[in-house]
Amino acid sequence: MQTPPVMRVVERELLVSRRLWRGWTSSHFVMPLLYLTAMGVGLGDIIDDRGRTVDGLAYMEFVAPGLLAATALMLAAGESLWPVMVGTKWLRTFHAMVATPLGPGDAYDGILAWTALRAFAGSALFLTVATLFGGVPSAWGLLAVPAAALGAAAFAAPLIAYSATQDSDATFPLIMRLGVMPLFLFSGTFFPVSQLPDTLQPVAVASPLWHSVELCRGATRGDLGAAAALAHLVVLVSIVAAGRAWGRRSFTRKLVP
Amino acid sequence: MDSPLVEGRNLTKRFDSFTAVDGIDFRVERGETFGFLGPNGAGKTSTMRMIGCVSPISGGDLTVLGLDPMTDGAAIRSRLGVVPQEDSLDTELTVWDNMLIYGRYFDLPRAEIRRRATELLDFVQLTERRDDRVDPLSGGMKRRLTIARSLINQPELLLLDEPTTGLDPQARHLLWERLYRLKQDGVTLLLTTHYMDEAEQLCDRLVIMDDGRIVAEGSPRELIAAHATREVVEFRFASEKSRSDALSHLQNTGERVEAHADRILVYTADGDKVASFLAGAGDTAQAASILVRRSTLEDVFLILTGRTLDD
Repeated sequence: MQTPPVMRVVERELLVSRRLWRGWTSSHFVMPLLYLTAMGVGLGDIIDDRGRTVDGLAYMEFVAPGLLAATALMLAAGESLWPVMVGTKWLRTFHAMVATPLGPGDAYDGILAWTALRAFAGSALFLTVATLFGGVPSAWGLLAVPAAALGAAAFAAPLIAYSATQDSDATFPLIMRLGVMPLFLFSGTFFPVSQLPDTLQPVAVASPLWHSVELCRGATRGDLGAAAALAHLVVLVSIVAAGRAWGRRSFTRKLVP
Repeated sequence: MDSPLVEGRNLTKRFDSFTAVDGIDFRVERGETFGFLGPNGAGKTSTMRMIGCVSPISGGDLTVLGLDPMTDGAAIRSRLGVVPQEDSLDTELTVWDNMLIYGRYFDLPRAEIRRRATELLDFVQLTERRDDRVDPLSGGMKRRLTIARSLINQPELLLLDEPTTGLDPQARHLLWERLYRLKQDGVTLLLTTHYMDEAEQLCDRLVIMDDGRIVAEGSPRELIAAHATREVVEFRFASEKSRSDALSHLQNTGERVEAHADRILVYTADGDKVASFLAGAGDTAQAASILVRRSTLEDVFLILTGRTLDD
């Protein structure tokens, strides 16, 4: 029985992360604590004290699924930029892969799958903490974990593809500041998109994060309609598919010219 | 006759308008050590990458292990060992983890990887470092680890791209000695180098490459016999004046005279005789040093291309 090539790449990532687990486990656990305390409790109390709700939800219930999806996005961004440069250029570990029966497409798929898996694990942890904070009123909330992982994959798929076209990390800080951070803040994470100026609303709705936030929030609230869920899923899956087509091509160009 | 392990016919590699490999023909037989010798930029690495199925050919024909790299790349790579020019180790991980990860790329069972890795680390003398991180290891140790890693799938053909570039002499000799043992064990080695001593030490047969083309082919001994003389006399000079005065005296001695910026080389069958030629010349034509030595592959390259390997 052959192990699928993509799984062999995931195995490597698993082994690397096992050796370096301290950093990211703590960040997966500490980050939700910090965010939920600051936004959900700190800011939430002010809003709740005034007798206000956001989209009919207590602020903790509103912001917890937003943070869940946004944290998965940040994690995806972290995996999709510098670690790709490590593989193509700094340590050339992707070059080691393609000298074996693995091909460049396998390397890409493996990194993408690994990112989704990490986002899944991180989201499960986040959901647990958020539940303890009272941010998850419905048992349907469990579905927010795969939804956040899918959102992470939709973000990582084109970003990993892009990173493999670069010869240096010069543009990466810019992507973080001008791409990831605005998405993080304005995709319906901390406040509804309807609060944005009319001209900006379509931009927010085009972001993959908005779709995963809507999926996550619909799940934790337990009232997401099938039609809306399907629409969000179609968008996210399409972005993954398009990003993957680009990524397999850019890895091929970079690794086996 | 057995079919060759690797065969290139009119093999070509182009990058946009640049031609890196310009229609070369070669065959590598099972069990031999075959070298591509040439200066940087000669097209050695491009050739090696095509053979390693990590670079599609632009023209001509290439078969590796009897298969076509265009259609059977993964199948070929599963039977190759590759030691790339630039290290591609997981430097944050241990020596042992590097072996494990690489073995899993070939989908070998873990128990089998552990068994082979133990033997291979012993073979490259890294057993004591197996639980150490790779990063602080010396360049020679990293190369040896790369070689151990490349053998994890028990390859039929080992590709080594500039295996000792950047290593100190002691590390080079240790590496050569290990490669020599592999050769004795019957592994077919294919290597590129720009060190003529490396080619002479290891290669049964080699081709000399320059500017994307093969300019000569044969065993080291054959190449020297065919293109150089038995001996070379190297005259070195303290000043430009003495060099040019001496050059007029040496002009028609030997079979061939090569004048360089700081020295004059005279190719001849009888070095001692040529070495004494300047004795009768005037004071201004005296050399600072005279060395009589046997011809090497470096001389063959110089005669064929008019340049040295380091150029």
